[in-house]
Amino acid sequence: MSKSIANTRSATGIPSARLITWWVIASEIVIFGGLLASYSMHRLGHPEWQSSAAHTNTWAGAFNTLVLLTSSLSAVLAHKAADGGNGAQAAKYLRLTILGGAIFLAVKAFEWTTEIREGFTLPAGGFWSFYYTLTGLHGLHVLAGMLIMLVIAADAAKNEELQRVECVGLYWHFVDIVWIFLFPLLYIAR
Amino acid sequence: MSNETHLHHPNYVKVWAVLVVLLAVSVLGSLTSIRWLILITAFGVAVVKAYLVAKNFMHVTIEKRFVPYLLVTCLVFMALLFAGVAPDVMKHSGLHWENSAAKQAVESGTHNAAPKHE
Repeated sequence: MSKSIANTRSATGIPSARLITWWVIASEIVIFGGLLASYSMHRLGHPEWQSSAAHTNTWAGAFNTLVLLTSSLSAVLAHKAADGGNGAQAAKYLRLTILGGAIFLAVKAFEWTTEIREGFTLPAGGFWSFYYTLTGLHGLHVLAGMLIMLVIAADAAKNEELQRVECVGLYWHFVDIVWIFLFPLLYIAR
Repeated sequence: MSNETHLHHPNYVKVWAVLVVLLAVSVLGSLTSIRWLILITAFGVAVVKAYLVAKNFMHVTIEKRFVPYLLVTCLVFMALLFAGVAPDVMKHSGLHWENSAAKQAVESGTHNAAPKHE
């Protein structure tokens, strides 16, 4: 099968695949940025949301931050391995990153279950609407990253399409950065 | 970031260790009741953590210049959105208007926000 050059050509000085990833990240900044800005202005205008925010689990949020930071480490180590032409090593690190994503989602599921059982459902108030929207959208991005990484890791293990390892890593680090801001906004600011 | 040559990879484990220390600072800060300290350790540290990830893991600072410009432009759009909309959301009354629903929500909000079983 002939191999597409679209991913590796670089009319702009950046390989197309990486350039597209940056554009995806730019559009994601607007999506998450709009949501975070909306949440922030509402939170500042509604001091009564403090009592709702006090019910989020700071330790679970901190643990998930640690998990995502660690998964970002494995993602960048996968990039380093792919850069050195070691596809098998890159695949191993990508699978570790997927494991990190799975742990993150498991903790998030535990949190949501606990909160919903305590009556803090999506229509329970403005804070909880933003909480479930922000963490839900972020969780979907984590899930999407895991699925994409599964495919890329399978190819990387065969030393194929190694340029994709860096691209999925960039996306994963962005998802990590979003969480870095969600953590203080939803779990610490009370 | 060069397209032709291999990237110089920094010591990623060291960067990760710094990020973990910063996370610990955020959590420890949240345990205090000093508001300004909580704000600095939560949001100030978050900005530093995000910068470290963008610089060392995403290599933004050595990418072609238009990439950081693109990202900053999107952040400026976010700031514009905030500046344009926030006054109407954060304030609940003005010279010729009043958001009575929001005012009422703030006044009775503590009771409404609290769970029924508490």
